[in-house]
Amino acid sequence: MTAISSDFSSAPVLPKWVVPVLLLAFAYGVVPLVGSSYLFEAILLPFLALSLAGVGLNILTGYAGQVSLGSAAFMAAGAFAAYNLNLRVEGLPLIGSIFLSGIVAAAIGIVFGLPSLRLKGFYLAVSTLAAQFFVQWALTKFSWFSNNSASGVIDAPRLSISGFALDGAVGRYFFALTIVAILTFLAYRLVSSQTGRNFIAIRDNETAARIIGIPVLKTKLLAFAISSFIIGVAGVIWAFAYLRTVEPDGFDLDRSFQILFIIIIGGLASIRGAFFGAALIVVFPLALSRLGGFLLGDLFDSGVLDMSQRIVLGALIILFLILEPDGLVALWDRLRRRLLFAWQST
Amino acid sequence: MPLPSYALGVMEASAYAPEVFARGLPSSSWQQPSEDSAEPTGTVAGGASPLLSLQGIGLSFGGVVALADIDLSVRPGEIRAIIGPNGAGKSSLINVISGVYRPDRGHVQLDGIFYAQVPTQRLAHLGVARTFQNLALFKGLSVLDNVASGLAYKVRSNFAGQVLGIGRSRAEQRHSLSRAEQILEFLDLAAVRDRLAGTLPYGLQKRVELARALVAEPRLLLLDEPMAGMTASEKSEMAAFVRAARDRFATTVVLIEHDVGVVMGLSDRIAVLDYGRKIADATPEEVRNDQRVIDAYLGVASDNEDGAGI
Repeated sequence: MTAISSDFSSAPVLPKWVVPVLLLAFAYGVVPLVGSSYLFEAILLPFLALSLAGVGLNILTGYAGQVSLGSAAFMAAGAFAAYNLNLRVEGLPLIGSIFLSGIVAAAIGIVFGLPSLRLKGFYLAVSTLAAQFFVQWALTKFSWFSNNSASGVIDAPRLSISGFALDGAVGRYFFALTIVAILTFLAYRLVSSQTGRNFIAIRDNETAARIIGIPVLKTKLLAFAISSFIIGVAGVIWAFAYLRTVEPDGFDLDRSFQILFIIIIGGLASIRGAFFGAALIVVFPLALSRLGGFLLGDLFDSGVLDMSQRIVLGALIILFLILEPDGLVALWDRLRRRLLFAWQST
Repeated sequence: MPLPSYALGVMEASAYAPEVFARGLPSSSWQQPSEDSAEPTGTVAGGASPLLSLQGIGLSFGGVVALADIDLSVRPGEIRAIIGPNGAGKSSLINVISGVYRPDRGHVQLDGIFYAQVPTQRLAHLGVARTFQNLALFKGLSVLDNVASGLAYKVRSNFAGQVLGIGRSRAEQRHSLSRAEQILEFLDLAAVRDRLAGTLPYGLQKRVELARALVAEPRLLLLDEPMAGMTASEKSEMAAFVRAARDRFATTVVLIEHDVGVVMGLSDRIAVLDYGRKIADATPEEVRNDQRVIDAYLGVASDNEDGAGI
């Protein structure tokens, strides 16, 4: 993982906080007024959940350089922990069970992060597969986790915060948006702190990091813990706000790969990159199905759609790895600089 | 990588330091076991003793002898060069001093404490910093952040404090960045402070690495070929920075270098290695006239050039 993208842009026009604040204002103030329920249900909710998962994985893989293929397992851990906490602990507020489910995911993340103390790169990636298979197996095997439901598929509880129901599409959108905004802000603070610098130091040169006194082992496990916490909360949003069901099958290896693709396409070691990547991953299949339906009509059924999705996505990933290893973020920054330059020179 | 380390017996150490039991260890932190399980085993009286001394260091890789019975002592405040042809064992020696390698024989005495292997994780706390022969910067961090990372070992606030900006984290962040800025100013790097380290030209990256090592104001600075691959003018610039760093921070410098000319003007004393052995150890003037050094560098004519009897 040598690809490096940076959040520092060399065109200082506005203070850094302006764009995020404007985006948030738009997301809170304008989108709910104009959006259709299709927009919320099919695009914005999965986009928010996957973006947050991407932010979490980016901390581990993009910043700290530890490749993980277990993201979906940590999402599942978060979702099932929140479900069980909600079910079994009387009087625990929703926010409390979400926070605690993040802690559960973090604990599992630390356990499966232990191999990172000895393994690197592909070997570590393979060992994180253990998390993927073990968690999914355990959730299927022990029906206690799904409250002995016959099908293994359980309905998520209704969302409400201090008596205020968030059942509708817009309510769930606000719920997801708020959590994603808060955690993204904290993640941004983290990566610009000394701890974030330690992550990058370990990624870029572990020996030098050890020599200058960065506690390498502790920092790696911390990266696993924080990353899994965020991914676990993303799992709660995925299950509670988007799907409204909780089932192990939704958190399979494909989902782990999807999140890894999000950060590769969006941009490694970039908080914004997770959002760019998630947007592409969510919107792209919908756009493809519309386009296919328009061009080919009935020939373009769901089977063809699924195949063509995989083919085009695979091609896109190869193209990105070759042409723009720093991801959509770098593409975006370059485009913006060029536009700015063109605008200034006229 | 970390092999089990057998710390030297206290008896052996105390032979160098009769007063070890009376004085006790100078700092409680030195009693903590390190991750490399190399533990200090005793002290000698401070003051006149060398800051760093190597005694009987031997190191081999498989059957290849990298270092054989090396003794070396470094006085506080001096610039000590180690020179020698390619493969003479110079880098191995620096790696032994900084604990990256564990010597097969002998021990390293640092600030009065004996180590069978210097604990790498605690190196910064011991006041030792180093640079690497091949650049070892954090490419994805800005120059400023690279240098500030040199103070990471001092940071006591945890990640939650840093994220929320509470407790001592703000003061620490301010302190790290302002110290880093000062060092950048000192080494004439202020103009590139926001550039990603990986995007700088080679000579500047070398200087950033020096800055990262210096920011902690180490008592002992180990420089592994700080001028390798530089042009003549870059070399003399670097030499001036090394000397200025020593004068300003009273840092003791151990420096490895290929270029004999640069070293002669820069160092107080020079040790010459050849095939893992120390063949000379003296002032630059004496080393310059040492026949064995000249032979090692220029090669020596065979006594039997005609090949008689072969």
